[in-house]
This record gives sequence, structure tokens and C-alpha cells, in this order.
Amino acid sequence: MIKTDILIIGAGPTGLFAVFEAGLLKLKCHIIDALPQPGGQLSELYPKKPIYDIPGFPEVKAGQLVDNLMEQIRSFQPGFTLGEKAQHIEKQEDGSFIVTTDQGTKHHAPIVAIAGGLGSFVPRKPPIPNIGNFEDKGVNYMVKDPEQFRDKSVVIAGGGDSALDWSIFLADVASDVTLVHRRNEFRGALESVDRVKELKDMGKIKLITPAEIVDVHGDGQLESVSVRKNNNPEEDYTLETDYFIPLFGLSPKLGPIADWGLEIEKNAIKVDNTLDYQTNIPGIYAIGDVNTYPGKLKLILCGFHEATLMCQSAFAKIHPGKRNVLKYTTVGGVAGFDGTKKEAPKSVIRSID
Amino acid sequence: MDVKITIIDREGTAHEVDAPTDMAMNLMEVIRSYELAPEGTIGICGGMAMCASCQCYVQSDTELQEKEDEEEAMLAEAFYVQDNSRLSCQIPITEDLEGLVVELAPSEE
Repeated sequence: MIKTDILIIGAGPTGLFAVFEAGLLKLKCHIIDALPQPGGQLSELYPKKPIYDIPGFPEVKAGQLVDNLMEQIRSFQPGFTLGEKAQHIEKQEDGSFIVTTDQGTKHHAPIVAIAGGLGSFVPRKPPIPNIGNFEDKGVNYMVKDPEQFRDKSVVIAGGGDSALDWSIFLADVASDVTLVHRRNEFRGALESVDRVKELKDMGKIKLITPAEIVDVHGDGQLESVSVRKNNNPEEDYTLETDYFIPLFGLSPKLGPIADWGLEIEKNAIKVDNTLDYQTNIPGIYAIGDVNTYPGKLKLILCGFHEATLMCQSAFAKIHPGKRNVLKYTTVGGVAGFDGTKKEAPKSVIRSID
Repeated sequence: MDVKITIIDREGTAHEVDAPTDMAMNLMEVIRSYELAPEGTIGICGGMAMCASCQCYVQSDTELQEKEDEEEAMLAEAFYVQDNSRLSCQIPITEDLEGLVVELAPSEE
């Protein structure tokens, strides 16, 4: 069981900055995120794109902002449970919470701060009838263990980096690899596109374009897929395969958090914006893009503000009655949990003779 | 100056709305400002042509700006795509859009 003071769900900019504000109050944080790396949307969707409205940064690339935040919170030694999705929450008799991920990791904290942005990133599923019946029975939306496909036949659909990269990788593992894409053009990294072309010329990857998979068949286990070429149903044909891997990228879904008994409005969690961004469940806060209140703006800078007020409220809950005043970092410095201390250099006082 | 645009929502209801040409808005933002699709089901990526949640079908013969590469690429991976599909976040509101009719594509799942 992982124990912490504030359990943060979501490693986007708001969740990361909450670690800093909590650290100033000597509160420890642990972060859960469904993605394998911190940064949320900024890392997953647009790491190379510039952001222009972070105060004090006329321009900063999203990935750089994440790197900066990670550096800023490093001395507060946050824990991370990455690549796992927060699934269940259980309120304990003492008012604290146990949050369990989809992989069974348990976290115990008196305070839960949901900084989940638009939700957790899950694979986009193509609208193929019956596909639900074959999930994990031949249809996989991601490649977790490539060995699973050793000497098997695999059909991959998609035209982005993950479709290209896994086609290349599995060409050496699977007995045969077929890549199906709706266009003749692929939008992945240039070297990946070139490599797929090479493997195609070598006969190690079969390429079917422009085409899409329109149906899946089998008796319990996947046995074949229907390929539609040129958007023409008359050209449909059946392709036998052991596995079908649709790789159409990720999209965010609020997911299990929607069932935690929180008040939801417009796909977001309602919070008290007059005070501390607490939800209808005392001890659970929602900060950043995941929350809503009158006048809400989904901006990173608003998330930073919300994280700061949330931490003050969390402190009062964890240490009821304890004296606490706001301290400026310029005055008090930043004392990390790792023993480091950053502070303003003392001014030199010397008389001039 | 405003232009009149007709937006058919995902339930099939047509809404004629006024869209401002002087606010640097795109069509996705107009649809959101009139709340013609539930928050969280449209414009998820914020308008970067990185999701297809704002996909629409253009039903009038209004002349639109050509698609740029990013929009083409996203539509190549979107679902429910038709020949007249566009990402509404890539359509800036200009005076040329007077009389435009679009229908929202179904949301994924």
C-alpha cells in the first residue's frame, strides 16, 4: 500500500504543480496517471507545440513546460504510479481514502486531488460491429507484450506513428504482418514511413491501401477480418488472421472517476470555486481542466491557481487547528524533502569608508 | 459582422445561428458557444486538428478554405468519414460562410 498526504490523479501540469505547492506546506504527494510518462496532454498530444499564456513565459513548448515542472518539484520527491488508471475509491472510517488502480495498486491518503484533465487516455476504438466481442480474443488496441504475436498472423490498421512502428517491430516477430490504412499517405515520422516501404519491398509487410477493416469474424476467437478497398463494398474480401490490432491513437475519457459519486456537469466535476475546489465529497478535490464552476476557463494558469488553493485547504484538513501562514518563497526559500534548500542569497552589508 | 450558419446537431435538429466574423473564431468554437453538442464531446483537443471530435459534414456548396495537411491526416484516421467531412476547428468564420450548412458527425462511441 502506497501512503501519502495528497494523492493526485493526473500528472498533467496542474497535478505536477500541486506537488510544489503541497511541498511548501510540507505535504507529500503521490501521482497516478494512465499514461506511461508525466505531462498529460502536453506530453501525449502536443509536446512540440508552443504555449503563449503561461505567465512569465512569452513562449514555451509544451514538453519544455513539463520538463520545467518536473525540475521544480524534484526536491519534493513525488511518487508516481504511471501507466495505471485510477479505478476504485473507498472511503475509510477515519475519512481517508484508498484508491485502487486497474492493475490493483493501492494508494492510501487523507486527501485526493483529481487533476484528471479531460480524463485518462484510452485507445480509440473503430466503430466496427461486433468488435467488442473479440476484445482480448484476437483484437488488441495496444501492444503490451510483443511475444504474444510470435509466429502469428497480424493485421494492423492505422496510419500514424504507432501503426507504422508496430508494423516494423512485429515484422520480425509475427509470421506475417498486414498494414491497412485508409489513405496511401502515412503521417508518421519520415524514417518510419521509409522503413515500412523497405519492409514492404522485401515482402515482410503486406500493405493494403486505401482500405479499411469493416468487420471481424470468428467463433469466440478472432479468425478473420473483412477488408474494404477503395471505399467500395463490392470489393470487400475476407482476410484470415490470428490478430487484429487497430492503432488509431488515444483519446481522453473521464472513465471510472465518473462513477465515484461526484457531482458531474458537462462531463466535468463540480467544485466549490468560492473556497477550495472541493467536490461534493469532503476530502476529494478537483483541479484543472477536469472541474467546472461558474466562469470556469480551461487554462493551465487557472489550474495552477486552483492547485494552490486546494493545497491550503488540504493542509487545514490534515493538520486541523495548526497555525499556518502563507510564506513567500523569496523570503522562506524552498526546503526539499531530499535535504536540499534553495533560498535567496543574503545581501551583503558593508560600510563604505 | 455576423454570418448566418445552420448547424444540424447529432440528434438531427437544425439550428440557425449567428457567427461573428471579427472574433477570430472557428466553426468548432461557434458550435461550442451555442452548446450544440455536450461539453467534452466536441473540440476535445482544443482545436489543434489532433482529434476528430469536431468532425462535421458540409451540406451546402459554400466555398471553404482547402484542408491543410494536419486536417487531412487527422481525417485519414477519423471514424465515420465521408467525402464532405471537415474538422470544424479548421474552418475560420469569415464572411464567405454566409449560408453554410453543416451536420455534426456522430461522436466516437
